[in-house]
Amino acid sequence: MNLQSEIPLEYMIVLSTAVFFIGLVGVVIRRNLITMLMGIELMLNAVNINFVAFNHYLFPHRLEGHFFALIVMAIAAAEAAVAIALIINIYRKFSTVSVDDVDELKY
Amino acid sequence: MDYAYTLWILTLPVAMFLTIGLSGDRLKSNAAGILGTAGLAVIAALSWFTAFSYFGSGLPESGFQPVIAAQTTWLAFTETLVIHLGILLDPLSVMMLVVITTVSLMVHIYSLGYMHGERGYNRYYAFLSLFTFSMLGLVVATNIFQMYIFWELVGVSSYLLIGFYYEKPSAVAAAKKAFIVTRFADLGFLIGILLLSFNTGTFDFAALNDMSGSAIAQPVTTVFMGLSVSTWAMLLIFMGGAGKSAMFPLHIWLPDAMEGPTPVSALIHAATMVVAGVYLVARLFPVYHFAAPDSLEVIAWVGSFTSLFAAVIACTQLDIKRVLAFSTLSQIGYMMVALGVSGYGDEGVGYMASLFHLFTHAFFKALLFLGAGSVIHAVHSNLMTDMGGLRKYMPLTHLTFLIACLTIAGVPPLSGFFSKDEILVAAFEHNKVIFAVQWFVAGLTAFYMFRLYFNIFWNSDPHYHHTPHESPPTMTGPLLFLAAASVLAGFVPFHDFVTTDGKPLETEFHTLVAVPSVLIGLAGIALAWWMYARKNSRPESVAQTLHGLYSAAFRKFYIDELYLFITHQLIFRFISRPVAWFDRHIVDGTMNLIGNTTVSVSVAIKKMQSGELQWYIWYFTSGVLVLTLILLYLN
Repeated sequence: MNLQSEIPLEYMIVLSTAVFFIGLVGVVIRRNLITMLMGIELMLNAVNINFVAFNHYLFPHRLEGHFFALIVMAIAAAEAAVAIALIINIYRKFSTVSVDDVDELKY
Repeated sequence: MDYAYTLWILTLPVAMFLTIGLSGDRLKSNAAGILGTAGLAVIAALSWFTAFSYFGSGLPESGFQPVIAAQTTWLAFTETLVIHLGILLDPLSVMMLVVITTVSLMVHIYSLGYMHGERGYNRYYAFLSLFTFSMLGLVVATNIFQMYIFWELVGVSSYLLIGFYYEKPSAVAAAKKAFIVTRFADLGFLIGILLLSFNTGTFDFAALNDMSGSAIAQPVTTVFMGLSVSTWAMLLIFMGGAGKSAMFPLHIWLPDAMEGPTPVSALIHAATMVVAGVYLVARLFPVYHFAAPDSLEVIAWVGSFTSLFAAVIACTQLDIKRVLAFSTLSQIGYMMVALGVSGYGDEGVGYMASLFHLFTHAFFKALLFLGAGSVIHAVHSNLMTDMGGLRKYMPLTHLTFLIACLTIAGVPPLSGFFSKDEILVAAFEHNKVIFAVQWFVAGLTAFYMFRLYFNIFWNSDPHYHHTPHESPPTMTGPLLFLAAASVLAGFVPFHDFVTTDGKPLETEFHTLVAVPSVLIGLAGIALAWWMYARKNSRPESVAQTLHGLYSAAFRKFYIDELYLFITHQLIFRFISRPVAWFDRHIVDGTMNLIGNTTVSVSVAIKKMQSGELQWYIWYFTSGVLVLTLILLYLN
């Protein structure tokens, strides 16, 4: 059975868009830093879906999309490590991980 | 003859200025004074040596010729318009070198005693060196631009020294007044220089004074508002000279300049700096004579009026230094008169007489000031009402002061007689009215000098708090030297050395002029003796009789008040205030509006920087969305 013939590219794009905006809404409306970080991961994964889907459907004989997806995963892992380190430090300083209480850096 | 060593005459004082000035308090006071005096002794010796080798080498066929001892190009604008810096030696500048360094040396020695223990002793000597440097640079300038530079330097050092006691408000005011008035006059000087050099294409004295050259031909024929351009230029240049030499109506700064230390008054405001205007006119004399004879006429009348005007005021003043200041004005008036009435070549008696008077005046006026300083040092007051009977206490000061008074009164055979007599001869041949005025002023001079003399050394003893005593040898030494110079300077065969064209001048003795001038001098002395030798009521009754004239002269003919009225009531109110208002409200207002707008906009939008992370994300996302929609719409 050929997946390619049964699931059109549009479905993939709709999926990735949905995931992206779910992540964005999570980042914007959730106050917990950890949850916001999860939202960002969702957005990154939506991009990954796009990379892989476009590569697969449009240029099946090339591999750049796959490699970019791998790079994004590596970046996401590194980013998560840095972000969690930051969050731990914020928690130590403010005893909270809620962004509403972390607004020292202003005018 | 190689005169390259004259460069040291300029470099030594500036080196001393830097050494003493920069070492500050690290140099012990006595060391500063001795260093300054020793340096000046070297400079004076060099100047005398220069004079002897210049004049002593024998008179060439064509008269004494100018020598450029050293020259370097400073600025080259075009092929012809080049500004040099150099040293020019001619009879005039060599004579000035001798006068300046000699008087300056005497003042340096005198100051060792007079300024002893004063605060700022080092500063004083540093400024004296700066002044000496500027003045020497002025007289050896090869071109009018170099002269202007040193002219301003002289003004600055005069300002610094008048304001030496900068804790006294009156000294600060006097220094400012001197600087502003002379600076205002220098504006005319600068315009004159520009006019002259624009029309002749040169700054060099040699080219300007060369009458066979073509440099001056064009401005003579160009006419502007009824006068030739050269007349305008020379009148404006004379304005600069009148400012420095304190000619009426720019004289107001000189009496106030007496706030400075007395040796400074002797050096700067009597012997050297104030004659810079005379020197300037003498330096450009061929230009004045051939290209702008009308301005010479103006110079003669201004000089004549100033000498009369100042002599009348001098008869009423009580501050002994102010009497001497007005006397200086009057004597410089004589010099200007002599230049104004002078001819060229064989007719150049006035020119020679003017510089001769400059020469002798430097010695006897420095002597008068230093003598007055010695008296002030003993009595601690400037007012002659606090003095009297000092001949018993200060025999040397008394003797030298008497010699100086006799000299300035024109009693033969002292030097003042010879130089003043030459001036009167020159005036007599040129214009009988000017002669009559100068003759009368000679009598006034004798009167006010002996009024001063009798009031200080005779009259009755006021009750001194402590007995006055004679000054130390560092002060009386220069007095004796200058007294000897005042006596002997008249016998210098001046007419062989300093003349318009460098050739010796035949002078003859005019009994018709000499006898009346001596007689009126003696009459002035006798009148002063009658009024002031003993305490009596005659001065008061004379003042009562001439009430209007006396009080006007005592108030210096209200010239200061007139200046205040013109500046404060007219210029400040109708020009400066509106200009200041425009500056403050329109110019500054525009700038403030821009600044304030920026600030208020920032205040209005700074709340966006809330520190709340999610708002930033929201702004960012919305922006991207909007941009995307715009791009989609555009495509």
